[in-house]
Amino acid sequence: MSAPNRIAGHGRLSPSNAISFTFDGKRLDALEGDTLASALLANGIQLMGRSFKYHRPRGILAAGSEEPNALMDIARDNGRRQPNVRAGVQEVFDGMMAESQNRYPSLAFDVGAVNDGLGRFLPAGFYYKTFMWPRKAWDKLYEPIIRNAAGLGKTPVEADPDKYANRFSHTDILIVGAGAAGLQAALTAAKSGLQVVLADENPELGGSLLSDGDVRIGGKAGGDWARNVEAELRGMDNVTILTRTTAFGYYAQNMIALVERVSDHLANPDSGLVRERLWQIRAGRVIMATGAIERHLVFADNDRPGIMLASAGREFLHKYGVTPGQNIGVYTACDSAYNAAFDLKQAGVSIVAILDCRPNVDSELLSRANDLGIKVLTSHAVISTSGRLRVKSMQVRSIDGGKSEKYEIDCLLMSGGWTPSVHLFSQSRGKLAFDEDKGRFVPDIYMEDCASVGSCNGTDDMAAALAEAKEKTNEAIKLLGGKTSRAKALSVENACSMDGFLIGSADGAGPDDFVKAFVDFQNDVTAKDIRLAVREGFRSIEHVKRYTTTGMATDQGKMSNMHGLAIAAEMLGKDIPEVGLTTFRAPYTPVTFGTMVNHSRGELFDVTRRTPMHEGAVAKGAVFEDVGNWKRAWYFPQGGEDMHAAVNRECATTRKMAGMFDASTLGKIEVVGPDAVKFMNMMYTNPWDKLGVGRLRYGIMCREDGFIYDDGVVARMDKNRFHVTTTTGGAPRVLNMMEDYLQTEFPDWKVWLTSVSEQWAVIAVNGPKARAIIEPLVEGIDMSGDAFPHMSVREGKICGVPTRLMRMSFTGETGFEINVPANYGQAVWDAIWERGAPMGMGVYGTEAMHVMRAEKGYIIVGQDTDGTVTPHDAGLSWAIGKNKKDFVGIGGLRRPDLVAKGRRQLVGLRTRDGNIVLEEGAQIVENADVPIPIPMVGFVTSSYWSQCLGHSIALALVENGFERLGETVFIPMEDRTIAAEIVSPVFYDAKGGRVNG
Amino acid sequence: MANLELPLQSRMFANDGIAIAPIGSLERVSLRADDSAFASIEKVLGLTLPKKPKTSVTKDDRTALWIGPDEWLILGQDNASLMQAFGKLRSQKFSAVDVSHRNCAIQISGENAVMVLNTGCPQDLSLKAFPVGACSRTVYAKAEIILLRTGENEFHLECWRSFSDYVWKFLLDSATSL
Repeated sequence: MSAPNRIAGHGRLSPSNAISFTFDGKRLDALEGDTLASALLANGIQLMGRSFKYHRPRGILAAGSEEPNALMDIARDNGRRQPNVRAGVQEVFDGMMAESQNRYPSLAFDVGAVNDGLGRFLPAGFYYKTFMWPRKAWDKLYEPIIRNAAGLGKTPVEADPDKYANRFSHTDILIVGAGAAGLQAALTAAKSGLQVVLADENPELGGSLLSDGDVRIGGKAGGDWARNVEAELRGMDNVTILTRTTAFGYYAQNMIALVERVSDHLANPDSGLVRERLWQIRAGRVIMATGAIERHLVFADNDRPGIMLASAGREFLHKYGVTPGQNIGVYTACDSAYNAAFDLKQAGVSIVAILDCRPNVDSELLSRANDLGIKVLTSHAVISTSGRLRVKSMQVRSIDGGKSEKYEIDCLLMSGGWTPSVHLFSQSRGKLAFDEDKGRFVPDIYMEDCASVGSCNGTDDMAAALAEAKEKTNEAIKLLGGKTSRAKALSVENACSMDGFLIGSADGAGPDDFVKAFVDFQNDVTAKDIRLAVREGFRSIEHVKRYTTTGMATDQGKMSNMHGLAIAAEMLGKDIPEVGLTTFRAPYTPVTFGTMVNHSRGELFDVTRRTPMHEGAVAKGAVFEDVGNWKRAWYFPQGGEDMHAAVNRECATTRKMAGMFDASTLGKIEVVGPDAVKFMNMMYTNPWDKLGVGRLRYGIMCREDGFIYDDGVVARMDKNRFHVTTTTGGAPRVLNMMEDYLQTEFPDWKVWLTSVSEQWAVIAVNGPKARAIIEPLVEGIDMSGDAFPHMSVREGKICGVPTRLMRMSFTGETGFEINVPANYGQAVWDAIWERGAPMGMGVYGTEAMHVMRAEKGYIIVGQDTDGTVTPHDAGLSWAIGKNKKDFVGIGGLRRPDLVAKGRRQLVGLRTRDGNIVLEEGAQIVENADVPIPIPMVGFVTSSYWSQCLGHSIALALVENGFERLGETVFIPMEDRTIAAEIVSPVFYDAKGGRVNG
Repeated sequence: MANLELPLQSRMFANDGIAIAPIGSLERVSLRADDSAFASIEKVLGLTLPKKPKTSVTKDDRTALWIGPDEWLILGQDNASLMQAFGKLRSQKFSAVDVSHRNCAIQISGENAVMVLNTGCPQDLSLKAFPVGACSRTVYAKAEIILLRTGENEFHLECWRSFSDYVWKFLLDSATSL
């Protein structure tokens, strides 16, 4: 076999399942089930990446998701490529392409490594200190350079062809983590009859049991026990097992977000398979069995490839049959590293020595080491290492001083003890307590319905962890009303001890040493960076974190937190709990954008709303515009017309003959009940008592502050029933505001609101021939001008279907708005078209509608008003009921600043050169010949070319506009200054006779 | 008479354990009512209004869905003359509004129906929490929907007509990514 570090007879992989992959273009062998980390180590490759800031050569530090160094770009093809994948998490599939990152031109020779030599010039806060001035250099020099150097990995440039999914789910008990404690909890919960979900980030259940050759549970080898439990759980209907699934966020009321990696490990995923699935699980009770993460030790040059966590070494051996080296040193402050040394030694690997910084070590461990012929030096430390691309030797010295001794090694396993994984617990707003004796934070005060069991709760002893898992699960079952288990906790033998720890810098990396002893590998933060931050005055650990960047990004304190905290505390002369802990933020591990967005991409990115007549407009060649979520027909070009020509034609046709228009998107609210009039009086500025049944009125709605909120025509269908229309965009917020007042201010009023925006398709037919066109299609309504005057509504039938036929106009021509039940919209539209087209009728879009209403000086709320315009400002004082005692906004309208002189008022503008069409939004001044800044007196709100008038028109808000009719103002533009006269906003048919035609 | 054109007309989807199909024309009334009007409303409708959250009552060809403390959606077969029935009431303390064409309906059925719905709907749709006959105004992705369980593996989904294309496509995307 070509892999030099694969040890036959070890690991859980089958040698017959050989696959291959590439690393930086080189083809390598692997076994099915390998992670990228184990496969590279098996091939004798330690160098896997370059560090973020100093570009130092880096290898594997950990075997799992806490890996800070070995971040890879993983690809199937150009579209399916993901940067920053942790090598210990990615399972190798046949044909996988892996590439190292943050190096140029190659991993072994990297130009950026010059930063390492400049290390003393790149201290903590380097960027804050250096790129300060001159100010101009920011845009041209600093920003581009920093942008180029910053960040890890390359963003994929092609669209991601993979599918991602989402699933909401509910369960009684969610167990996070399927190590020994999690499995015990699942077993207990499963028998309760309750719904149980068990999630684990690894492909196989068992957690550390799979990397422990000694432990026995219930008389069985740990790994076998895990396999049996899994089989049992999989046979139960009430249990869902999610493997390769990371719980990454704990949200309010036990909502847990998890990501399931469905197909990333498969060589040829079925085309129907999604890549990842986001699970949003609401759990009655969450049981966290998230385990603990081993810490590294902080000593000089502790980051060379080949230096890794002792637990990682043990995991590579037992899971994958891979040794991380052939001559291995072990440096520890914790018992568990001994087990790694013993197991590797028994597998035939040379263990050079175990250096234990503690003076006293458990005698059983020492005697076992002795039996295996492993040299142990207590009270010893590794004070430095050598080797450019891979560790070659270590310098070892007694803690009491003296001369150091050099050992040749190709791998160094280390352990600073274990940090409970309290990320999810902290995200649930739970409070931690510091356990002084063991140098760690453990869960203390719970804020959600959850429990922590096993080593994430500081319960290191496996027998105790199983008992705890059982007890806490039974508590949960009891609370949820399930059947508790009385089965005895299982016996545990030969569990590995997790005693002993070191937090902060180790020997030789103290305050007086000028060495690079890394605290945070991913962010390249050393012990001296943290000390420098404290010396420079940072006191809060949150500030130290941001200044040095320790524990930021994907690390989120997994590896670096405790060491950074201990060093800062030491410098500050405070106890660790006094210094506090930084916040653990979601996500626990990085989550792809694809997973976050899942189904909501492409046409599912947002709702596209179409009217009942949409297809008809498409058939007529409409160009659409987006209005909120609606598609509205903007204009209907014919025979190569541009927008301008089409709009001119549509306006002219409507004014001369007739035009039809799809007004279905208008908001419609039915206001019904004995208190309907009272309510309308309160919500609108207008008076409604005297509006007769069958009549329409233009209504204005203000906010409390007196500014216009919305407008629309209101029909009184019956004594107690109003058909209210709103602007297209205002429909939801008007209903919300009405409902809000109704529920909070007038809860006793007997009136109810129902949205009927989509019940009615609305076809507007406007123009001199409008009546003649629709009259023969209408039944049951006297269409004569006397019987059916402007601003009235009738119920009857059109084309055989019920209609609320409104006589009203937004163009200034005779107009009808034909409301028909939406599913008849297209058919009625077609019937009107069939009759109207031979009579010269055209169809018009929203742009022509805008032009024609501006010719009449009709405002559009949101275009001619901006939330600071009162009805008075808009020239609509007539729409305020003079005798009304109350309505929403009445108080606001009396405010001194709203009745004072000098307010901006809505007027018309006519450019001196009628061919010039002003820019909407352009600023208006009285005199353009004074120095900049010129005081501005207003701005243009609407501006169009009016074909029917033969000149441009505009609406504008101008200070004291009503008193300035006839005055000339100026609109300064980049290339010229345009003169315009203030005129009445009604440009067309000022007497208003045409609507009565 | 003008032709009726329903949204989603002639669309259909079926796959392993899931079938999605538009439901034909229905009469729908959005009912809001004061307690004092209950008795007379129940009389003209010929059914007892459900008073508990997430419940519905079906009698003959009419179904009343509890939507809120004073709100119901009444569904009837096409031409069930619901609005005419309300016209006979003497009480004024209610509001009955015809929304037959505002909404449209989709049937989701099959053993994977719950999973397909739970792609976009965050509610607990287990039979325990949402038994046959249960209903709720809720969301499906970005659309407001009303969901009624008509069978162990069968749901009636109502949404506004202009949202139906989005809901339909989201359902299909869900059904093909289980």
